[in-house]
Amino acid sequence: MPVHAFLMAALFSLAVLTVSPAPAADDIDGAHAGGIDEYKHTAEIKPLAITPSTSTADHSKFKELKGPFASGTEVTEACLSCHNKAGEQFLHSIHWKWEYKHPKTGQILGKKTLVNNFCTNARGNEGMCSQCHAAYNHKSYDFDYQNTGNIDCVVCHDRTGTYYRTPATKGSPACSTMFEGKDPIDWVRVAQNVGMPSRRNCGSCHFYGGGGDNVKHGDLSSVLAAPTKAVDVHMDKDGLNFSCQKCHVTRQHITAGSHYEMAAIDPVGTGKPGERRQASSCESCHGNQPHPIDGLMGIKLNGHTDKVACATCHIPEFAKGGVATKTDWDWRTAGKLKDGEGFYLKNYTQGNGVHRKTYKSIKGDFVYGENLKPLYAWFDGTMRYTTIDTKFDPAKKPISINSFKGSYEDSKSRIWPFKRMHTIQPYDKGNNTLVYMHLWGDDDAAFWGNYDMAKAIAYGMKEAGKPYSGEYGFIDTYSYWPITHMVAPKDEALKCGHCHSKNGRLAKLAGFYMPGRDGWWWLDLLGWLAIFGAIGVSIAHAIARYILCRRKVTEHCKEEEA
Amino acid sequence: MAQTPKRSKHAVVIYTRYERFWHWSQAALIFFLAFTGFNLHGSIKLLHFGTAVKLHTFAAIALILLWIFTTFWNFTTGNWKQFLPFFQIRTTDGKWSSAFLVFFIRLFAVMRYYAYGILKGEDHPHKKTLRRKQNALQGLAYLTFMIVIGPALWATGIIYLLFDLWNGVPNAGLYLTIIAFLHTAAAFAMIAFAVIHVYMTTTGKTPTHYIKSMITGVEDVELSEVEKAYLETEYPERMG
Repeated sequence: MPVHAFLMAALFSLAVLTVSPAPAADDIDGAHAGGIDEYKHTAEIKPLAITPSTSTADHSKFKELKGPFASGTEVTEACLSCHNKAGEQFLHSIHWKWEYKHPKTGQILGKKTLVNNFCTNARGNEGMCSQCHAAYNHKSYDFDYQNTGNIDCVVCHDRTGTYYRTPATKGSPACSTMFEGKDPIDWVRVAQNVGMPSRRNCGSCHFYGGGGDNVKHGDLSSVLAAPTKAVDVHMDKDGLNFSCQKCHVTRQHITAGSHYEMAAIDPVGTGKPGERRQASSCESCHGNQPHPIDGLMGIKLNGHTDKVACATCHIPEFAKGGVATKTDWDWRTAGKLKDGEGFYLKNYTQGNGVHRKTYKSIKGDFVYGENLKPLYAWFDGTMRYTTIDTKFDPAKKPISINSFKGSYEDSKSRIWPFKRMHTIQPYDKGNNTLVYMHLWGDDDAAFWGNYDMAKAIAYGMKEAGKPYSGEYGFIDTYSYWPITHMVAPKDEALKCGHCHSKNGRLAKLAGFYMPGRDGWWWLDLLGWLAIFGAIGVSIAHAIARYILCRRKVTEHCKEEEA
Repeated sequence: MAQTPKRSKHAVVIYTRYERFWHWSQAALIFFLAFTGFNLHGSIKLLHFGTAVKLHTFAAIALILLWIFTTFWNFTTGNWKQFLPFFQIRTTDGKWSSAFLVFFIRLFAVMRYYAYGILKGEDHPHKKTLRRKQNALQGLAYLTFMIVIGPALWATGIIYLLFDLWNGVPNAGLYLTIIAFLHTAAAFAMIAFAVIHVYMTTTGKTPTHYIKSMITGVEDVELSEVEKAYLETEYPERMG
């Protein structure tokens, strides 16, 4: 197994992506830092400055919210006693269902079953992963998705910033220290201070997808809790200060915007006058012809909107503002121990000075990147997944966890920016499928605590009732994440020449003619031969004239202008 | 028109003010379009792509306007006849075939002159007159310029410029590729033409004679008695 190859690649990537100063010695070795602290940061969202509520009701005055409440479910009961349609509405939300039947491919997607190339699967690890499911008591796969009593209202609606969630089950003793020392939740205070979700509410999960700050998406990090204009023009804390719902329009608890099925192009635009469409596209606010037509440039830019997504030019870089994203992950090295205990290394210092873990016994090696240029591809909006049931040919690695189609000819496609995640992760060598790993649990098979991958996979597959050959290997995978956040100020948008040049950002995008990039070498050759041929003939003719003139063969040259 | 035996050389303004304005502004625009165009093509990298697009487009619009005016001017003044090299050849039998023959004899004479005669100090076979300011080779070259290279450039250029208006038609990408190819090919031809054209300006009595003539408009031409009398009476300012 070419571990050294990965390490070299990792070192090389590090050298390219960042100059990372050596962290302090006590940061490097986490063996005695107190076991596993995964996801601790999800409970570290700071309290909000309470903004004046625009609501017509003061919740602190309601007798239903006087308390006392012993648990979240009691708060939920109180909420639903007035908001008598909210429970039923929320049961249809992806935030609750964790399941999505793709309208075009028919694939059953969603966190409930999917395998990704980060921590790979929530299936079988619900006790941990449901920390980011807006539900209480979600301990295993057979959770009751019809019981409105288990809805967690306050994770999205808390305005005090004091609410936090902990895993639904304890997990291995090695993980037991994760949420030690937190203040108990003041349920009455939380219940009486509910309101519309802020970026911090959504961010408490979405900023930490993939198991840490900005790990998964690259364009969704804790920086967006209070970003500057340079990081994101819309969420600029001193400017527009948009909440997530400004774009992810939410009605009856159904939120617009999905990376399973995106509108790669939104031909409807702003819709009818005064309408706020339930669409999270740029066009739903800015229209299809967003550039001012006060000059040639605006007209020309508007001419691009049929083929180039807004994000392609307007998000020139992602993982901005000092928080890095993971770009490579190698599960092969997971499970190394020091003195019989798991440990971590922090060899990456990101822009905001925080040291990030580059190795963890529970997960393997990682490479980080910041201020990254996206990958560009034609995208028709439809994501197709390699699920746990998909058989693949290992020779055709890297295997795309999600893939998409798109071309210049397809009117539904546009050029989109992506983050591409590369991972080397376990798969079933006999059946050529991805595998479920059992990471979290207080049993002797959970990888986090026992560090036996063979056992964790066998357990994970058996628990899910999936066929498993009993032999696992490792395979390279890619996943693709459309970049839509961290929209730059307009003067930082890509310039024409970033793409319209020979080695520009779209150098590898084939199938269409692009001025400045494309041409015909032989036409250029013929053209320049004609031009330099004409110059050569002229020079030769001029020399002949000059020589013959000097030899006084010709008469003309001696004549002066009359 | 019957041959008039008595002809004499006179310095006459043969290129009118508008004609000279047309020539020089067209020359400037073509060089500017070539410069910005080859920036767009990626052959030279002295301008940002966006800047090059802007300048190239505005220069193209200016040139199209100039050509619209000039076409109008050419037809109202009758100057268009200068660009049809066979048109004013009158032969005794009045047949077109004979006119073509005469034209090709003259063309060969001019080609022979530039290839050989000029080096030996021969006189130019073409004597400039008011009716024929251009020699046969020049006429043919300008005709090529005006009906092949020029239109190939502006036709493809306008279609290229208006891509956003027709990009919805099926196979628009393929058509754009073809348009881009033709536009590039015609641009190379235009520059090759301009190189030869500039060099040819040095083949006059002195290397700068033709250029001066194109600036001042004055050239020595052979005038018949009738033409001379007409100019002296009606246009005394054109007589040098």
